[in-house]
Amino acid sequence: MTFALAVDCGLVVLVLGMAIWTIAARTTFPAVAGFVAYGLLLTLVWMRLAAPDVALTEAAIGGGLTGVLLLGATSRLRATAQSAAAERPSAPFRLIVAGLCTLISAAIAAVVLLLPDPAPTLAPEAGAKLSLTGVGNAVTAVLLAYRALDTLLESAVLLLALVGVWSLAPDRFWGGAPRSLALRYRDGSLSLLGQVLPPIGIVLGVYIVWVGADAPGGKFQGATIIAAMWVLTMMAGLQNPPELGRAWVRLILVAGAAFFLAAGIAGFWLAGAFLAYPPGFAKPLIVAIEAALTLSVAATLGLLVAGPSARPVRT
Amino acid sequence: MSLILDAFTVVAVSLGAVFFLAGAVGLLRFPDTLTRLHALTKADNVGLGLVVLGLLPQAERPLAAVKLVVAWLLVQLASGTVSQLIARAARRAGPSA
Amino acid sequence: MPAEVIAAMAEFLLAVAGFVLATVALGLVRVLRGPADADRMMAPQLLGTGGIAALLLLGAATGMPGAIDVALTLTLLAAFASVAFVKGASEPADSDPNEGGGG
Repeated sequence: MTFALAVDCGLVVLVLGMAIWTIAARTTFPAVAGFVAYGLLLTLVWMRLAAPDVALTEAAIGGGLTGVLLLGATSRLRATAQSAAAERPSAPFRLIVAGLCTLISAAIAAVVLLLPDPAPTLAPEAGAKLSLTGVGNAVTAVLLAYRALDTLLESAVLLLALVGVWSLAPDRFWGGAPRSLALRYRDGSLSLLGQVLPPIGIVLGVYIVWVGADAPGGKFQGATIIAAMWVLTMMAGLQNPPELGRAWVRLILVAGAAFFLAAGIAGFWLAGAFLAYPPGFAKPLIVAIEAALTLSVAATLGLLVAGPSARPVRT
Repeated sequence: MSLILDAFTVVAVSLGAVFFLAGAVGLLRFPDTLTRLHALTKADNVGLGLVVLGLLPQAERPLAAVKLVVAWLLVQLASGTVSQLIARAARRAGPSA
Repeated sequence: MPAEVIAAMAEFLLAVAGFVLATVALGLVRVLRGPADADRMMAPQLLGTGGIAALLLLGAATGMPGAIDVALTLTLLAAFASVAFVKGASEPADSDPNEGGGG
C-alpha cells in the first residue's frame, strides 16, 4: 500500500467520522464545530482530487462562512431550543431516513465507480478552445465564458437568498440595521485581530480573484474571503452593520449582477448573441465582470451573516 | 548540494511531525481547557514552522518559498491572537471539568 | 536530480502528511468531546495549523499549484470561524457556569 493510498483512506475515514459526529451531536454548538472541521477536512479531500479551485471554495464557504451562518442560526434558535428538542423525530423514522440517505449515496458511488474508462467528458474540447477565451484557468473559462449564463443566474439566486433572509424581519424594522455582531465584552485581542487581519485578507481576496484567470482561484473564493474580513471587523465591534434600506447598500448588492446582465445584453450588438464576448476583448470583459461580481458577492455574503433587520430605520 | 537540501527537508519535516505528535498527546493528556489550548497553540505552531522550514528547499520557484513564509507568518499572527481570545472566553465560562 | 530521489521525497512527504493528519484526528477526537464550549472552539484552530501543515506537505509531494493559496485561505477562514465560535459561546443562553455554557 503506497502512502498516497494510506493518506486517502485516512482522509476518508476522518471525513466520515466528522460527518457522523456532526449528525450525532446532541447540542448545536458541538455539531457546528464538527461541521466546520468537516468542511476544512473536505478541503484536503479536494486537493487530493486535484481540484484546487473547489478546494479554495470549500475552505472559504464550507469551512468558514457556512459554519458562521450556522452559528448565527444557533444563537437565534436558542429561545426555541426546548420545544424543538421535544419535537425530535422518533428513532424508527430517523432510521428510515438514514437508510434512504445511504441508498442514495451508494447509488451515486456506484454510478461514479461504474463509469466507462475513459469517462465521458467535455474537458478536452474545453481545454482546446481555452485560448479563445483569453484566460488560462479552465475553471474560470467554464464559469465566465462557456457557462456564463449559469454564473449570472447564480448571482441572482444569491441575491434572492439575501432577500429571503431580509424577509424574516418584522415589518416595523424593514430597512433598518441588523443586530450588532459585536462581542458582548471588550476584548483587546479581538480588536487587534479586527484591525490587522482584514487588510491582509482583502489583499489575499483581491489576489485570488486576480490570479483566478490563469491559476486556481476566482471571484467567488476571493469574495468570500473579503466578506469574512468584513464580518470580522463587525464582530470586533469596529464597524456596525449598515442599514439595509440605504440606497448605496442596495446599489452595491445589485452592481455585479447588473453589470453582468448589461455585458450580456451588449453581447447582442458586439458579438451577435446574449453573453457573447467580442473576440480579443474577452479577457478584459471577464476581468471587469469578475471585479463587479466580487464586490456584490462579498457584500451579499457579509449581509447574509449579519441577518435580517433588527432595528427601526433611524430618521 | 541538492542532497544536503533534501536531507535538511527530511530532518526539519520529521522534527515538525514530532512536534505535532507532542501537541496531540498534550491535547489528549492535559487536564484542563487552558492547558490543552496551550499544548495546541505552542506545539502545533512550532510543528508548522518546522514543516514550512523543511519545505522551503523543495519550493519550485523563489516566489513559492516567499509565499510559504508569508503563510507561516499569517498563521502565527492569526493563531496567536485567536488563542488569546479562546483563553479569555474559557476563563469567562468558568472552571470546567 | 535523479527521478528515484524525487519519488522518494514525494513518498516521504506524503507519509508525513498522513502522520500529521493522524495527529489532527487524535486532537479532533479530544477537542470535540471536551466538556466545555471553549474546547470545541479549538477545533478550527487545530485544523488551522495541523490541516495547513498536511496541505502544504501534500502540495509539495504532488506538485500541485495553488496549495499555498488554499493554505492562506484556510488560515484566514479558520481564524474567522474561531472568532465566530467565541462570539457564539459568549451569548448567554440560560447560563449555568457549572456546565461551561451548555455543552
